[in-house]
Formats: sequence, structure tokens, C-alpha cells
Amino acid sequence: MIEAIWKFEFLQNAFLAGILIGIIAPLLGVFLVVRRQALIADALSHITLAGIAASLLMGKYVTSWQAVNPVYMGMGFSAVGSLFIEQLRKVYKHFEELAIPITLSGGIGLGVVFISLADGFNSDLFNYLFGSVIAISRGDLLAVSVITFVVLVVVIMLYKELFFLSFDEEHAIVSGIRGKWIHIVFILIVAFVIAVSMQIVGVLLVSALMTLPVAASIRVAKGFKQTIFLSIIIGECSVIGGLVLAYYLDIAPGGTIVLLSAIILVLILLFKRWKQGKS
Amino acid sequence: MTTNANMIDVNNISFHYGDRYVLEDVSFSVPKGAFVGLVGPNGSGKSTLIKIILGLLKPQKGQVQLLGNKVNKFQQWCKVGYVSQKANSFNSGFPATVFEVVSMGLTSKLGLFRFMNSTHKQAVADALALVGMEEYSESNIGELSGGQQQRVFIARALVSDPDFLILDEPTVGVDSGSTSEFYNLLGKLNKENGITLLLVTHDIGTITDKVTHVACLNRTLHFHGETEEFEQFNESDLSDFYGHHVHVLNHDHGHGGV
Repeated sequence: MIEAIWKFEFLQNAFLAGILIGIIAPLLGVFLVVRRQALIADALSHITLAGIAASLLMGKYVTSWQAVNPVYMGMGFSAVGSLFIEQLRKVYKHFEELAIPITLSGGIGLGVVFISLADGFNSDLFNYLFGSVIAISRGDLLAVSVITFVVLVVVIMLYKELFFLSFDEEHAIVSGIRGKWIHIVFILIVAFVIAVSMQIVGVLLVSALMTLPVAASIRVAKGFKQTIFLSIIIGECSVIGGLVLAYYLDIAPGGTIVLLSAIILVLILLFKRWKQGKS
Repeated sequence: MTTNANMIDVNNISFHYGDRYVLEDVSFSVPKGAFVGLVGPNGSGKSTLIKIILGLLKPQKGQVQLLGNKVNKFQQWCKVGYVSQKANSFNSGFPATVFEVVSMGLTSKLGLFRFMNSTHKQAVADALALVGMEEYSESNIGELSGGQQQRVFIARALVSDPDFLILDEPTVGVDSGSTSEFYNLLGKLNKENGITLLLVTHDIGTITDKVTHVACLNRTLHFHGETEEFEQFNESDLSDFYGHHVHVLNHDHGHGGV
């Protein structure tokens, strides 16, 4: 396989993009999970799909548009969707979780309409639903690299604020933290990460990569930083292991990655139970 | 800018929702080094008053000064330590160590884009030692008892070295044994460490031997003065104020000049 990686550019792209996504998806996932907003990833991935469908539809009518990577329009939709969620959470102050089904169903509705206007599914769209490693170009890899850089800078620079806001939002704001702006920056980077992760694992599985590693690490880690590191390690094991398995077994990489992270989760839960039983 | 030694000045505050007055013409002050107990029954406007002091609500009348500055112009929030009523209603599964929780108290003091150095880490360790929780530094916050968690939140409020602490019903949900231990800790912080405290509580009996001043609030301020005077405050007056009979515990103690 190592040989094949040297030989085929698409495999290099897939591995590099996968390794980067394996860092940033669980990293942001930790903040989403502790804020009980894990489902935001689902809502945003469906909005992203609507954006991608819209881009493919435009390409049908405007030939020059075909040169534009559909992921960019997906990112745009995802960003607008994320701001929409943030606004809805304010409108439904006491029913914050309502923002998610509203956005999710809106995204699906829009996506379905665009798909039907474009005369149904084509293979491009299918790739985005379940992820397609083969489809990752050098341009896609560049987009993933830029987003990874931005996410790492934002999270490192705003780490203590994000942590405080996640733990106790009201108190953080009382002590003078500008919660509103930090929320907007955070939700925007979540939107971008979802849009770029979609190519690897697909719309239907992207939220799994953000939440399953966190769900596993939160059971065994001590403290917040350790939860983050462990989530990233589990995320990387799933991505790299999933890609290797998918290559040898000739199965869908997106699904393999997610299944692998689910298996790790179950193993950790069993380990925890065994340890508790012993003590 | 006034040059008095008061940490907090509340001047003629009135606050109403429509016709319903929650606070009416309330004035009191928290002198430097004092331990003020703000007591009152449920619904007496205590929490509203705290929100006004913290600048979260704007009163229709009157003004609040913190360290001699009007609250709406006040910038030095790192000099104010706050322990809210809801401090221990956080998600107990939250993966954060005690050390990490106390570090949060440094967030606004550090400011954006700045990181903790070894001095800050020492400050966190010192704050934990002050509340007697140093050995739990690496425990997850959710594993501690309610009383221990409350000590950690005090440490979080103390870590930025504030001029005064505001505690809004900090013992809600803490068992009575831990509650009295907790009040002992507050007494110690005030007497030995010279930290000015404003404690909001509906629990009038247990605090009279710790506080130096008492303020009784029920929409209007019924009493404000030193604790000795308060103890001579007639029990029937107090029953009027609470709407039911109340015993004031008379603790035998000598008052040092604080």
C-alpha cells in the first residue's frame, strides 16, 4: 500500500486530507459535545449538501460555473446556516434545541428541491452523500489545509474563552467575555470544517467523526485538555485505519472510518465497565 | 471619581417591571474589609439587586458605584469576584479538572490571545490552597461533593485577586454540614485574608456570627448596619419583615475591629 501511495496522487490527497480532518473534526466536536450541541453538525451537513446541490445545478446552466469547486458553495450555505442557527437559538431561548430540526429540515428540503431541478442524482452528488476519497483533488487538499490552519489558530487563540463559555456561559459573560462574537467565530469554523470533511466521510457521516471520538474519550479522560487530545488520537486512528482497511477490503472509506470509530467507542465503554467491575 | 473607601455603593436604586416594584429606593454600601450579609426572603429582590450591582440590569432610578466608578462605565471586572447561585448547576459530566475550572477565573484578567504562564499557574495553586482544595487539583470537577465544588468556585473567583467577592446564595444545594464549614471558610477569608465579601442569602440565622454588617431587603431596605445592632433588632420586627416567625441565633462572640 505504501508503494501505491507514492504512485497515486489521489491516495496521497486522501490520506493527507483525512489526517487533517482527523484533527479538526474531533477538536471542534469536543466543544460541541460539552455544550450539548452535537446535533448542530448534522444540521450543518445537510445545509452544506443543499449548497453543493445548488452549485451542481448552476453548473448545469452556466458552463463556466462547472470549474468552481462545489465545496465552496457548500461552505457558503453552511456558514449562512450556522448564523441562522445562532439566531434561532436566541429567538427560542428556552427551546434552544429547536434550532437544529428547523435548520436540518430546511436544509434537506432545499437540497431535495435543487436535486430534482437538476434532474436527480448524478455521481458527483452521490460522492458527497457518502464521501469519496477518489474525488479529492489537489485543490480540495489545499482547501482542507487552509481550513485546518484557520481552525487551529482560532482554537488556540480563543481556547480559554471557548472553554469558559462552554462550561458556564452566563458566568463567562458576567466576567467580561464577549460571548456573542466568540460564538459566531466558533460556529463559522464549525461550518467550514463540516463542508471540507464531507468529501471524505460524506454528509450522512460527517457528524459521526465530530462526536464519536469525543463520546469515547469523555468516558476515560481527566480534564478538558486530555479529552481533546484523546479525541484527536481516536479520530486519527479511525481515519487512518479506516482508509487502510477500505483500500485492502475494497469497501467504502467513509463508512469504514465511522464504523471504526464506533468500534473504538464500544471497546472503550467495555474497558471502562471492566475496570469499574474490578475496583 | 469619589475617594471613599467603599467597595460597593448602592444609591437610591428603584427597579420595577411595569407597576410592580421589585426594589424601591434601596441604598447601602459595602465598606472595604467588611463582610456584608444581604438577607431577605425569596422574592425580596435580592437577585435583582445583585444583577444591578453587576451591571446586568439597569435600574430605572438610582445608581451603583463599584470602587468609586459608575457601574455602566466600570471596566475592571477582574477586580470583582462573583460566585453565582447557579455555579454548581453546571453539567456534572463536564470533563474539566479542578485546576482547569479555577483557571477560568483568570480569563478576563489575561485578556484575549494571552496564555497562562508559571505565575498564573502558581496563582491557581494558591487559590486552591486558600480554600483547602489543593489536593483535588487534578480531579474532575464532577467527582466532587457539592460543598467541595462550591469551594472550587470560590477559588475561581479568588484567583484573579479581586478587591471584593459577591456570593449569590452560594449554599443552595449544599448539605447543612458543608454549609457551616463553608461559612467558616468565608469568615476566615474575611478576617485573615482581608477579603471584602457581599453574601446574599435567605439563611439569616447561621451567618450572624460571621458577618460584620447586615442588610435586610424586602423590596425596600429594612435594616442596614453592623451586626451588633442587628442582634438588638427586635425579633417581632424581623417576623414582620419575613412574614413569619424567625429566631435570630445570638452567638456569644467578641467583635474585633474589622
